[in-house]
Amino acid sequence: MATASRETRICNTLGLHARPSMQFVDVANQFSSQITVHSGGEEPGTADGKSVMQMIILAATQGTPLRIEANGDDADQAVAKLIELVEAKFGEE
Amino acid sequence: MKLQDFIVNEAIRPELAAVDRDGAIRELVVALSGAGALPASAVDEVVAALIKREQNGSTGFGKGVAVPHAKHPKIQKMAGAIGRSVAGIDFAALDHQPVYIVFLLLSPENQPQQHLGAMNIVFSNLQEDMFRRFLRQCPTREAIVELLDEAKTGR
Repeated sequence: MATASRETRICNTLGLHARPSMQFVDVANQFSSQITVHSGGEEPGTADGKSVMQMIILAATQGTPLRIEANGDDADQAVAKLIELVEAKFGEE
Repeated sequence: MKLQDFIVNEAIRPELAAVDRDGAIRELVVALSGAGALPASAVDEVVAALIKREQNGSTGFGKGVAVPHAKHPKIQKMAGAIGRSVAGIDFAALDHQPVYIVFLLLSPENQPQQHLGAMNIVFSNLQEDMFRRFLRQCPTREAIVELLDEAKTGR
């Protein structure tokens, strides 16, 4: 089973609020891999990348470092897609 | 931050009269307005903003809870209301199940950190099975306020 992991930061002004969290989970669910998200900064947290509630609880503001990890057959593709979504600011500003 | 920092006690409805999503949203916004959290003249606009938000994607994230929320220029200070429905309300939830607890949150504009902090504390508690179960069983406003006093605090 493959493992992949990459780091990025929250880029959009509003941070990881409800809508981006849902978008993230929608993309994560396109993959069979298990997805884990670690947020850094002053109050670090860990969330199941397929749980909207857990992602919202991260309360990751703009600039917060994120590490996205995937475990499974499509781990590389999953991490690449999720990083792309975060760095495209979830379609926001 | 803790729930009591923004939940307006007078806007807790232990028995929602509304039987549908839009009615529940209106009932809670009217309650917040009655408690002075927003001017009565802004009620219609705020209700419309909350319903539009739901239409873009339900805030019924599963487990029988929904968290409708909006930012609005007429909101000076973050304010939240809680509604409890014994019969359950169709919120087009992600898990297709009825919603029994509605946490409605209104935030001022340009305060993304405060908004994220409030969402953090709301969902940290709503994720707890015991918190949801107790909340569903609270028959009075006093019982809900007491539960909030004992709830988890967040960042």
